[in-house]
Amino acid sequence: MKRTTLLAGVAMALSLAGAALAQTKVGFVYVGPVGDGGWTYEHNQGRLAVEEEFGDAVETVFVENVAEGPDAERVITQMALQGADLIFTTSFGYMDPTINVAAKFPDVKFEHATGYKTADNVSTYSARFYEGRAVQGTIAGMMTESNIIGYIGSYPIPEVIRGINSAYIHAKKVNPDVEFKVVWAYTWFDPAKEADAAKVLIEQGADVVLQHTDSTAPLAAAKAAGNVIGFGQASDMAEYKPAPRVSSIIDNWAPYYIARTKAVMDGTWESAMTWDGIAPGMVEIGEITDAVPEDVKAAALDVMNAIANGDYHPFTGPLNKQDGSAWLADGEVADDGTLAGMNFYVEGLTGEIPQ
Amino acid sequence: MIKLEKRPQPSDLWSMATPIVAVLATMVFGGLLFAFLGKNPAEAIRTIFWDPLFGEFAFYYRPQLLVKGAPLVLIAIGLSLGFRAGIWNIGAEGQYIMGAIVGAAVGLAFYPAESVLIFPLMILGGAFGGWLWAMIPAILKVRFGTNEILVSLMLVYVAEQFLAAASLSFLKNPEGFGFPGSRNLQQYPSAHNAEVIAGTGMHWGVVFAFIAVIFAYVLLNRHMLGFQIRLTGEAPRAARFAGVKPARLILFCLGASGALAGLAGLFEVSGPAGQITIDFNVGYGFTAIIVAFLGRLHPVGILLAGGLMALTYIGGDIAQSNLGLPAAAIQVFQGMLLFFLLALDLLTNYRIRLAKRETA
Repeated sequence: MKRTTLLAGVAMALSLAGAALAQTKVGFVYVGPVGDGGWTYEHNQGRLAVEEEFGDAVETVFVENVAEGPDAERVITQMALQGADLIFTTSFGYMDPTINVAAKFPDVKFEHATGYKTADNVSTYSARFYEGRAVQGTIAGMMTESNIIGYIGSYPIPEVIRGINSAYIHAKKVNPDVEFKVVWAYTWFDPAKEADAAKVLIEQGADVVLQHTDSTAPLAAAKAAGNVIGFGQASDMAEYKPAPRVSSIIDNWAPYYIARTKAVMDGTWESAMTWDGIAPGMVEIGEITDAVPEDVKAAALDVMNAIANGDYHPFTGPLNKQDGSAWLADGEVADDGTLAGMNFYVEGLTGEIPQ
Repeated sequence: MIKLEKRPQPSDLWSMATPIVAVLATMVFGGLLFAFLGKNPAEAIRTIFWDPLFGEFAFYYRPQLLVKGAPLVLIAIGLSLGFRAGIWNIGAEGQYIMGAIVGAAVGLAFYPAESVLIFPLMILGGAFGGWLWAMIPAILKVRFGTNEILVSLMLVYVAEQFLAAASLSFLKNPEGFGFPGSRNLQQYPSAHNAEVIAGTGMHWGVVFAFIAVIFAYVLLNRHMLGFQIRLTGEAPRAARFAGVKPARLILFCLGASGALAGLAGLFEVSGPAGQITIDFNVGYGFTAIIVAFLGRLHPVGILLAGGLMALTYIGGDIAQSNLGLPAAAIQVFQGMLLFFLLALDLLTNYRIRLAKRETA
């Protein structure tokens, strides 16, 4: 009796070991808590989708709240040491740490979000959030009555500046009198700071507040003020439907994470730079609620569909830079290189980018 | 009835024992917390305290303990000097930032020239940056009697604005495609704070941390200034009669802690971190306050406390990825440590008496 139990135990241990060998281990490094309701939340949804898709064939691990810098390097190294086959590092500041660790673990594949450095075993991926900003700008421009639109910027980096430009271009298109006020919060996630920024903008007359920070605090501030609308950022933030949240930009990483994990399992993974938008589904526009009139909704959906089927690029000339110098000629479309490193406002925006 | 009775003399035994009892209590109550979260408490405690030191991948984690602990020890040693004299520098985080900015700026000013003199100059720059930032609360206190706690703390937020400005403008990498952040000093040999012995984690910041421990020990035990520091903290009136000049002491204590915090920032930016970025500071200046008290404001105690703190950080990250413990649980665990330490400190000055119930 005892011997059979023992044998059964050994057999089980062996089969478990066998399963473990065949398992693909995927690691995720998060800059915020998984419960932030925005950026990190959506990356974690992607992780859960990977687990759902492959079941026991994969094991996923994650570490949240990892500071950018040496701590990130240690956490990434730790994942690689403990047998991860594929590691997603989901914040811009993890760029150099990812590259450093990747050099030491040539057999492990790395995927860095929103950066620009690649290697044989390091890919980068990001989403064309500015496509979603074009839809938001259209709604914002038509909805504002004060003609003042507030914008909470996180850091003055190209990704955020692109978003401001795209939103402004499309708001201006439907409302020539529109004016943008930008507040820099210097954080990705800090509910208190974000709420303060929203309140300042609302006090300055903004009745639409756009945010490039990840918490729901600006929406809460909009709700408290009444008659102010906003948008979900990174995640749907559906709890503020139908108003103040009238729509949202959702980062949908799940299809990408599943595809890349599959590639590692199949042995077809190759280093790549992925920058996907609305068409492949990496950027989703959350439901436009009934808090906006039908014609506004229709106009917004038109912009979205035109971008999705490739008829329209949000940065199409004629466009000038803020200082009045020419940027894009009539009908000309911005190239990805310029967009990737965008460090200027388009004509009409006031204020300066902190330099 | 339980009664607290003040001891005539603080208990030496308890002063030594409380940190150990606090660590044990943290393990017990932390274990309970982990058990409530559905994790095996013994495994969680082992992952946090044992694995980084003796686990399968200890060869990697042991050097990391030095990397993580060095800035904590360096800053905490400086803070402890002031804390002993009742001078409260709460803004080491700001001095750490300014040291990193000035030190990195000195190095980058020479880019791409190579010279063995560049790194020593950066060290001076780092110490100067931190010292300068600490002189603001020091001089304001000496001249106008302002509260150094508030001034030094507020200057942290000013330093963070400087850090953002440095990353976005005057130290921005010209080859960084418009992204914020300086050049990576790890790729600039003359300015790189490389490991003194490869693979050990022993960079110059670790060396300086050990030197600082020794200096602080000698200063406090063998030097007149150290005696004055201790006297001022323990008996301010007696210190005045003994001819201690408070202004001089304030300038020295704040200056020294600022310079050490600045050094910690410089070694971090030129070594493990590599570059000035907007989020360069990760709270070492604040955690060092905990380390200083956990180490009883004693140089050797601080060295041990810094190691312990580094251990909980590294072990905590391992526990997150291996056991799926949430980051918040690890932070609660670290908070418990300080809480128990402060609570048990009571036993140093008081004794618990079980008094008989008195009948009326």
